[in-house]
Amino acid sequence: MTTATTTPNSAAKQSSGAPVIQMIGVSKWYTPEFQVLDACSTSVQKGEVVVVCGPSGSGKSTLIKCVNALEPFQQGDIFVEGVQVNDRATNLPKLRSRIGMVFQNFELFPHLTIMENLTLAQRKVLKRGKDEADAKARKLLQRVGLSDQAPKYPGQLSGGQQQRVAIARALAMDPVAMLFDEPTSALDPEMVSEVLDVMVELAREGMTMMVVTHEMGFARKVANRVIFMDKGAIVEDVPTEEFFGSPRSERAQLFLSKILSH
Amino acid sequence: MDKIVDWFSIFWQESAEGTGTYAYTLLLGLQLTLEISVIAAVVAFVMGSIVGVCRTLPSPLVRRLSGAYVEFFRNIPLLVQLFLWYFVLPELLPRDIGMWLKQVPHSNFYTAAFGLGLFTSSRVAVQLSAAITSMPRGQKMAATALGLTTRQSYTNVLLPMAYRIVFPPLTSELLNLIKNSSVALTIGVAELTQSARNMDSYTFQTFQAFTAATLIYLVLNITITAVMRRIEHGVAVPGMLVAK
Ligand SMILES: Nc1ncnc2c1ncn2[C@@H]1O[C@H](COP(=O)(O)OP(=O)(O)O)[C@@H](O)[C@H]1O
Ligand SMILES: [Mg+2]
Repeated sequence: MTTATTTPNSAAKQSSGAPVIQMIGVSKWYTPEFQVLDACSTSVQKGEVVVVCGPSGSGKSTLIKCVNALEPFQQGDIFVEGVQVNDRATNLPKLRSRIGMVFQNFELFPHLTIMENLTLAQRKVLKRGKDEADAKARKLLQRVGLSDQAPKYPGQLSGGQQQRVAIARALAMDPVAMLFDEPTSALDPEMVSEVLDVMVELAREGMTMMVVTHEMGFARKVANRVIFMDKGAIVEDVPTEEFFGSPRSERAQLFLSKILSH
Repeated sequence: MDKIVDWFSIFWQESAEGTGTYAYTLLLGLQLTLEISVIAAVVAFVMGSIVGVCRTLPSPLVRRLSGAYVEFFRNIPLLVQLFLWYFVLPELLPRDIGMWLKQVPHSNFYTAAFGLGLFTSSRVAVQLSAAITSMPRGQKMAATALGLTTRQSYTNVLLPMAYRIVFPPLTSELLNLIKNSSVALTIGVAELTQSARNMDSYTFQTFQAFTAATLIYLVLNITITAVMRRIEHGVAVPGMLVAK
């Protein structure tokens, strides 16, 4: 890691308008006895990068899946650019198409070429023409350094390459924000940095990002804030410097010492 | 050599039915077997796909209905199903419709084709829903997250892979379907097996009649297996493992 100090995203917090993502008191139960999210509130401003960390099973994935309504929740409200996610009248496919999501296991569509993976939703959801979708896909493949892979299939690419394609696929929809769910956890160690590099670049360009990760180097480098979750609750939600300087909760201290000693 | 010619000569005799040679009778039987099988296969594929997809949808009502469909067609012997459609259904329907149904030309042929198709569709539905469920949950999530509707996710993401997964079991279902089509003879369709029986009862050449039928079924199913295997390899996804 070259820069260990916090380098706040230049574009962050410039606009004082409504947050891109706003969560208010979100609670979720999988069964009446099992509460997975406990009154979670936070918001992400335009251009902000927020890292979400915490022990396994603490509800990080569930939390960010609530943002684009991949998971329903029973209490609270979530707004994306002022549109209420948990309103029955909301056009969810349209809302989801404006939020990019990157998964731990890439989830590229194996029967489609890399090019087709990048153009499918552009054409079916955004109704773009073939030429426009292809041009957009080519531009993004070039950006993640995979121009020559366009005609291949996901199964013919390495894990790192697949995850870069998955990022490009999400970006092809011109999202207002990107959600990442442990994007490097399924990768061989030597491939982690190629994916993180793309994400760092994205953050520096001013993309609004919510990133579940244990890559604390990435957090230090580009995160404006760090959210620490434990047992379904947001325990800390503080500026990055503060989190690494002196986390207030004991759980976060313990978590950090474990993560950083590895 | 003479003996072999002698052995085969029965096939070139005029049949007692007066419609041509016995070879021709068998070919007519084969034609009916093929026609029943094609219709049944289309019905099985279409209904099996619809019901198979329904079994994986979130709605409990849709799941329960499609589950009931599967249990009905899967748990009653094919023979009983054909009798149900052919003998019982017309009696249960309002009189006029029942009468009309009995007079539809070739009603036994259509009953056999659709009955076999529906029976097989329950098996196709089970295979397909198992394939869809076996795919990583993240695939549906990724499609949904991109803004695809449920319908678009199924047609563009889930089904193309699910059909590839079920291709080998579907091949054996097709072979089963062709073999099962012989039950049509119980409601008076002179398909291949019945043709062999007819030839046997007129000529008492039991050995020849059923050897011929056996060979025709064998050649037919081996050809289908070969064709299906070629298609399977043709649609295999590059970079993914396929059984040789
Ligand atoms: N579909 C589900 N049904 C029931 N429990 C679930 C489901 N998905 C996740 N959980 C449980 O919810 C908790 C939080 O899961 P998750 O959000 O994936 O945690 P994290 O991403 O922080 O590891 C875990 O205890 C997990 O076992
Ligand atoms: Mg997780």
